[in-house]
Order: sequence, then structure tokens, then C-alpha cells
Amino acid sequence: MQKPSLELKGSSFTLSVIHINHTDLAAVANELDSKLAIAPQFFIGAPLVVNLGAITDANYNLAGLKDLLISRQLVIVGVTSAPTALIKQAKALGLAIIKSGKQSETQPQLPKTTKIVRQNVRSGQQIYAQNGDLIIVGAVGNGAEVIADGSIHIYGNLRGKAMAGANGDKNAVIIAQSLDAELVSIAGQYWLTENLQAHATSKSGCIRLAGDALTAETLSL
Amino acid sequence: MAQIIVVTSGKGGVGKTTSSAAIATGLALKGHKTVVVDFDIGLRNLDLIMGCERRVVYDFVNVINGEANLNQALIKDKRTPNLFVLPASQTRDKDALTKEGVGRVLENLGKDFEYIICDSPAGIETGAMMALYFADTAIVTTNPEVSSVRDSDRILGMLQSKSKRAEEGLAPVNEYLLLTRYSPARVATGEMLSVADVEEILAIPLLGVIPESQAVLKASNSGIPVIIDQESDAGKAYSDAVARLTGEEVEMRFVNEEKKGFLKRIFGS
Repeated sequence: MQKPSLELKGSSFTLSVIHINHTDLAAVANELDSKLAIAPQFFIGAPLVVNLGAITDANYNLAGLKDLLISRQLVIVGVTSAPTALIKQAKALGLAIIKSGKQSETQPQLPKTTKIVRQNVRSGQQIYAQNGDLIIVGAVGNGAEVIADGSIHIYGNLRGKAMAGANGDKNAVIIAQSLDAELVSIAGQYWLTENLQAHATSKSGCIRLAGDALTAETLSL
Repeated sequence: MAQIIVVTSGKGGVGKTTSSAAIATGLALKGHKTVVVDFDIGLRNLDLIMGCERRVVYDFVNVINGEANLNQALIKDKRTPNLFVLPASQTRDKDALTKEGVGRVLENLGKDFEYIICDSPAGIETGAMMALYFADTAIVTTNPEVSSVRDSDRILGMLQSKSKRAEEGLAPVNEYLLLTRYSPARVATGEMLSVADVEEILAIPLLGVIPESQAVLKASNSGIPVIIDQESDAGKAYSDAVARLTGEEVEMRFVNEEKKGFLKRIFGS
């Protein structure tokens, strides 16, 4: 079979970024020349990305800057952190708009939040602590479910189901004053009552993952 | 403001209606103007236990639908002054109860009465939810066996999440445990959960322990609330429970097995 005439593949490169902190082109030219004078060979023909994050002037002379850099034998591949007003100008000049790795990470990590429940969790109730630990001050009844992305602490009798590390946290633990659970699970590994009775030697304890298997530790609560 | 008390359980056949009738009668005997409302639409029983089944003309659903006014539907008890019954409809189903309708009827009753006892149907569907929604106090009727205890736990969860007080963020519903059909002898042999077992699981204050008693069936069949029969253990136990409900301190009776006397042992009871 003949090789296709073109192929698209992703690849990453390290590029130098030139930060423009001043709107005055003459001043930029002066400082640029003095920098280039230190290592002239290093910069000739070097691909550069221009960071315009510090420029707030919507009428900034981007074309002038481009000419200035080209005249110093620098190759501009694109601009980054440009204010929206300058993006149009950059596109008109044929410059690529590049998002840096940091910029494209749009989802900031949510802070961990602990959920505290100060009453008995009754049969049929379900409590889920998203992205954090769950603390129950009270008992968890038969037929009740407590779920947390983090660890679960129960200051009372656990008779229902407890599922810690619900989105895969293998370091999560389940601690209860009394373990009479219908089911305990950490990051998908689970024990039913009979497994629990076979492993847990004392009533109060801590269930955690050791490798891929659950294990029960005695705690004197 | 009238106090709205729901008698509920989740499970059927544990003694909700018997307890509703007894507690309502007990409160009325103490001089409080009381009405007992049957929420078991379609399976009307309260009127039988209260002995007023032949006097039902209009019912709860008629009042909700505006087909009758409250005074036409309320039945005045013949035995006990201050006591009224609002019977359920036997021909409709639970969907006839709406939150607005029930709320309106209870509000109107609240103008005249000190206590409104809501006799809940079994289950956790519309009927039971309507009965507990407006409650200030809940009497959770439980038999000393595991399925009844679990269903009571479920109902307590509902009270904490689905009642009006929970939805509006008001002070939570007062929850009391009423343990019925209790047999100390069977607890002693390990056949039945003890008061302590049930209290530990449900973790709510104990309002009373009603012993298993022949008098209950007799009372139901003759349409006389068992609390009237003060000769019986069950009747006395209900009186104690009512006293506790109104804030009196009464010691628990009938919790431990009665030591049979010499003569009783010989002649039986």
C-alpha cells in the first residue's frame, strides 16, 4: 500500500518566549539590541513566541513590533496571552495564536471539602461527600449508604454500606467505632458482611487498601 | 396552635391504628380537645377501632374536595368528651390526598383542637408522606422484630428529610419510639429484640412499651379503644405513654418479665 502524501501528527517543541512589557517600540528595540549583542549567534533565525500579556493598549502597533523583530533576523511563529483586542490584529498579520500549557488547563483543581453529618443516617438515606472526606457523628443504619471520594469516618455504629475513594483514591480509609457493615468498599474493592467478619478481629477499626486487597486494622476508639 | 402528631411506622400491622385510637382517647380523657384523622384512604379502619363505623357520612376526601365542610365530616365520640374522628374515604385511593388539601384541613382543625392525631397508612408512598408532612411530633410505632425496626428507621429518615419542618429548615420533628406487642418472656428466651436493642438501633426517646395483650384484639373487635380498658396491661401502658407525651415523668412498666406468684404458678393465668 502506498504511503499517504501527508500525515498529521502531534508533537511538542520548546520555544523561546519573548515577553513585551512596554508599548514603546524604540525602547523595546534598544533593549533587544543590547540582549542580542551578548549572544548574536544564539538568536539568529530562532523561532520565537511573543507574549503580549502585559500589553493592555488595544491599538498597540503589533505590525511595527513584527517588523522590528524580523529586522533583527528573528522568526515569529505566533503570539500568546494576547488580550482579545490584539488577537484580531495578530491574525491579520498571519501570526498564530498559541495557548501555553498553563493557559489551556482551564479546570482549576477544586479544593477538598469535608462533609460533616451530625445525625444518624437512616435506612434508605444516601449521603455522598464529593471530592472530600465524610464524617458522620452518629450511626449509619441498615440499608443506609455513605459514600465519599475521600475517606469516611463514623463516630458510631456502621450497619449500612460505606464506600470510600469513590472516584479511585486508593489511599482512602473507612474508620468506624463499630464495624457491622453490610458492605465496605475502597476504590472499588469491596467486602460484604461475611468477609468483614472473617477479617476484622475487633469491632472498631479501620479498613484500608493494602495493594489491591482490603485489610482491616484494629483501632482502639 | 394545635400540636400535630403523626402515628407512623413504615411497616403494616404493627399497631398504628390501635395506638392512634388509644393515644387520641387518652389525650381527650386528660381534657385536651383532640381529633384523630384517618389517612389510610381506601383501607379505612380507624372508625372500626373507634366504634363509629355506622356514623360515617362524609369523610376526609370530601372535605379536601370541598364536597362537605369539616363539621359535617367530624364524628363526635360517644364515650369520650373532647374527642372527634375524621374518617378516611373507603372508595378513593391515596392520590386523593394533596399537600394543599391536607394542609388546609389541618389548618382548619388547628383552630378548634389542641391535638391532631394523624393515623398514617403503612408504606412510604403518598398516604404516609401526607400523614407525616405536617407533623410536629412523630410517634414511630415499632414491633420488636428486625423488619419493623428497619422500616421504622426508614420512616425516621423520611421525617428528617421529607417533612415540612425539614423542608423549611424549622426545628426538627419530635420523634418518639412506641414499642408495641412487646413480650418480656420472649425477650428473655431471645426470640424477640429487647427494648435496649431497639433503642440502640433507632436512637430516639422511648415513649412507651405496650405489652402483647389479649385485650387489644378484644378492644378492636368491640370498637372500644384499648386505653378505656384500664384493667388490661395494654390499657395501662397506653395511659403511661399519653402521660409522657404530655410531659409527665412516668416509670416504664411491663418491660421486665413479671415474676409469677406461687398461686399463679399453680393455677395459671
